[in-house]
Amino acid sequence: MSDLVQWSGNLLYTSFILYLIATLLFGGAILPKKNGQKQGVNRWGKLGITITVLGFIAQLGYFFTRWAAAGHAPVSNLFEFITFFSMMLVGAFIIIYFLYKLPVLGVFALPVALVTIAYASMFPREVSPLIPALQSHWLSIHVTTVAAGEGILAISFIAGLIYLVKTIDQSKKSKQTFWLEAIMYGLIAVIGFVVITTSFRLAGYEAEFNYVNKEGQAASETFTLPAIVGPNEGELLTENRFEPIAEMPAFINAKKLNTVIWSLATGFVLYWLIRLLSRKRVGALVQPLVKNVNKDLMDEVSYRAVLIGFPVFTLGGLIFAMIWAQIAWTRFWGWDPKEVWALITWLFYAAFLHLRLSRGWHGEKSAWLAVVGFVIIMFNLVAVNLVIAGLHSYA
Amino acid sequence: MGKVKCECGHVNPHGTVLCESCGRALTEEAKKEKFHDMRYEGSARRSQTYNKTIVDKVWNFFSSVKVGVWLIVLTLIASSLGTIFPQEFYIPNNVTADTYYEDTYGIAGKIYYMLGFHDLYNSIWFIALVASIGVSLVICSLDRVIPLHRALKNQRVARHTTFMKKQRLFASREGTIEPQEIGKVKESLKESRYHIREEDGSLLAEKGRFSRWGPYVNHIGLIIFLIGAMLRSVEGMYVDELLWIREGETLEIPGTDGEYYLKNEQFIMENYDKEKDSEVFSEAIEENGVIAKNYQTDAILYRDENRDLPGAEPELVEVKKEDIRVNEPMKFDQFALYQNGFSQNEMKAMEFMLTNKETQEAVGAVKIDLFNPKDVYDLGNGYKVELLGYYPDYDGIGKDGEPKTKSPVPNNPAFLFNLVSPEHPDGEVAFTAIRQTMEPMGETDYKMEFSNIETRDISALTVRKDLTLWILALGGTIFMIGVIQGSFWAHRRLWIRQVDGKVYVAAHTNKNWHGLQRELDSIIEHTSIPSPEDQQASEQSGKEKN
Ligand code: HEM
Repeated sequence: MSDLVQWSGNLLYTSFILYLIATLLFGGAILPKKNGQKQGVNRWGKLGITITVLGFIAQLGYFFTRWAAAGHAPVSNLFEFITFFSMMLVGAFIIIYFLYKLPVLGVFALPVALVTIAYASMFPREVSPLIPALQSHWLSIHVTTVAAGEGILAISFIAGLIYLVKTIDQSKKSKQTFWLEAIMYGLIAVIGFVVITTSFRLAGYEAEFNYVNKEGQAASETFTLPAIVGPNEGELLTENRFEPIAEMPAFINAKKLNTVIWSLATGFVLYWLIRLLSRKRVGALVQPLVKNVNKDLMDEVSYRAVLIGFPVFTLGGLIFAMIWAQIAWTRFWGWDPKEVWALITWLFYAAFLHLRLSRGWHGEKSAWLAVVGFVIIMFNLVAVNLVIAGLHSYA
Repeated sequence: MGKVKCECGHVNPHGTVLCESCGRALTEEAKKEKFHDMRYEGSARRSQTYNKTIVDKVWNFFSSVKVGVWLIVLTLIASSLGTIFPQEFYIPNNVTADTYYEDTYGIAGKIYYMLGFHDLYNSIWFIALVASIGVSLVICSLDRVIPLHRALKNQRVARHTTFMKKQRLFASREGTIEPQEIGKVKESLKESRYHIREEDGSLLAEKGRFSRWGPYVNHIGLIIFLIGAMLRSVEGMYVDELLWIREGETLEIPGTDGEYYLKNEQFIMENYDKEKDSEVFSEAIEENGVIAKNYQTDAILYRDENRDLPGAEPELVEVKKEDIRVNEPMKFDQFALYQNGFSQNEMKAMEFMLTNKETQEAVGAVKIDLFNPKDVYDLGNGYKVELLGYYPDYDGIGKDGEPKTKSPVPNNPAFLFNLVSPEHPDGEVAFTAIRQTMEPMGETDYKMEFSNIETRDISALTVRKDLTLWILALGGTIFMIGVIQGSFWAHRRLWIRQVDGKVYVAAHTNKNWHGLQRELDSIIEHTSIPSPEDQQASEQSGKEKN
């Protein structure tokens, strides 16, 4: 691998560390002050945002050095795209921070960015050349704008999440506490994915299967996690490896499903460990962090982020996407699953805006909508790529 | 219809809630509400005024945002259903939908197919759903934009105190304000780019009114886009053809009415090479095996100059020579030719040696063009090869004892030869197919020995004309302008009034109340004018009934 790629990797690593430090600094910024000082931007907050900006610059460095090495914008596989998304998330956070000066946003936004980077680095990281369909400037224009829009919309999710953590009554069990825990579990499951993938990778686990694929042809696949579910008519070739408990039909990608199962299970264990150790719901555990938050302001931040993110997303995810599709695939719209899910995301946020503007869905309802919007974005980013294979599936 | 005259003297259209001019409440309901519903300035909207005839009812239905949101949500859910299994146009060509879904996805697939979800986006109900969004867009916009425009145009500077009190941001105090204080505030308001209007001691500062038109502009954009999408089905607006063209071939380009011809000079396919391409890719190439780099058709475009002369042979004049690649279509007139697919190594010609079996001596070579075989190949000196039968896609011997061909495409050519030599002036019959020879009329002295094969590639080009693109682009652009206009700016107003020894201050914005409050705080700070407070803080704002 060339020096440039090496450098680029180091820069990404640096940004990861800086975001981690910045998270702690923002944490310091929102601690209750002894002298009753009003919550606002203090030394910790200033330091936090400075480190965040440095981290962002480092990540930009990663992006451009990798671009220089590959000769094309590094947004062409899952690792590159998700990493870029995390960068846009931090960028959007920085913009919103300068608009509203709220350190608490950093306490939630940066960990999400960290988890995203960690998640991205679980995918193959080699620099790959572009297949003919991707050899277009519209690739970078389209993908970067989409990611920017999604990054801004993610801030709306984070503000909404803070709103919910702040306002949901943790003294009793309710529908709200259940769904809030579901979100927390979702975030923890991503960490579970990182943990379990890394563990088995370090242990060097590999199990090779011969199987029959969707087209009815013989194929082989190497599992890097013990196969709880195995491929269609799979035959385990490697010795001393776990035999699958269940066999999947041909149209399901067993390897990916297996990874999902492992991540959810690991997440489950982690989640309950946290709950048992703290003897609290995760929502209740993080609630002290948002004690000083002005919830109306959070509501506005969440809405503002949608107002900024929606046009950007429309431009990147629909308009630029259509222009490129017209050039690369001869038609601007082809009802490919990824396209459809971009449309769904767009329709969802349109509904969000109408509900808010015309039907008075403010506060908690609006916060839940922001959460659902983010879930749709993540679904498109992860599930559609992994499960529903279309033209866009990177893998 | 009866107009409503306000106490202030302004005549309002029937159905007005808040006087366009002074803001006084005109209905009992509005008089009672704690905060005025300012969304459309309390203007007279048709949907809120009439509800008698069928037209009224349809109008009211489509004008409702509640209905609009339902339509959007239903479209969203419907769209997602279409992604559960691949749509019909993505399943392999060699299978039919009625068996494919069940075979591949089992019972779920069968149900999916039976419900028609395999072609969901072309179904009538889906198109109807999208069309109703279009109708709703038109009606809801008309219902609001005209009255809103009227109300904003007619607004007076001095608003009635009841109107001011019922604004979310409001403050009042006893006393008066020094003129120089007002002057200071006016200065800072101007610095923040407010337009200021004054009328006997009252002040109205306003900015960003144009952002109120944002939603209507973006809805117009959407409508234009939808119209554009519909026009594709109009004859002549849209051409979608596939042209399979072999290397060396010149064919008429379908969809151009015989005006244009294309020659495929050669088709090129390249893969990335570990040695030749940048070394950063070597790892990826090793991982993935083959990675495609380029699909390209070197093409020449011709125009038929004789097109208008009935019955004349085409006279082709070269228009241009271009390489068509993925992402780089060839454009001419209103057409574009896209590299879409290919098929490699189709057999073009086969070469045989007429050979004497005993001496192994070759008498001569025969090259058979598989697309245009000759009946007789004369080798001279009394040697001749007659082609009795040609089976381009040989599929075994039929029941009648005749060889069969599956298609006219030379996938598996076979020949029935009559080999004429000085020894056998009447010829010997031999049947030759790939890896197979037969001598149906008995042992022969000569044979056709395979010596060479010529292949060529076929390129698949999509021929596209789409005259709706500019409409779509226009719609998209207008939409973007509208959304940006509506979401990056906000309409902010500040009213200051002094009546009967009291100072009243009220402010309104259509979004971002914190932003407005912070701006006003900084403008009004250090003056004797009271800074408006949020009277509603965390209360939910009123819902629109319809
Ligand atoms: C996919 C379709 C649609 C999109 C993308 C869309 C987009 C938008 C956007 C971006 C806004 C501005 C929202 C804001 O500033 O917070 C808006 C406002 C609005 N839309 Fe739509 N819209 C769509 C369909 C509809 C439909 C079907 C209706 C019919 C009832 C409708 C009625 C309205 C109304 C009444 C407003 C508010 C105007 C105002 O209060 O000033 N929209 N729309």
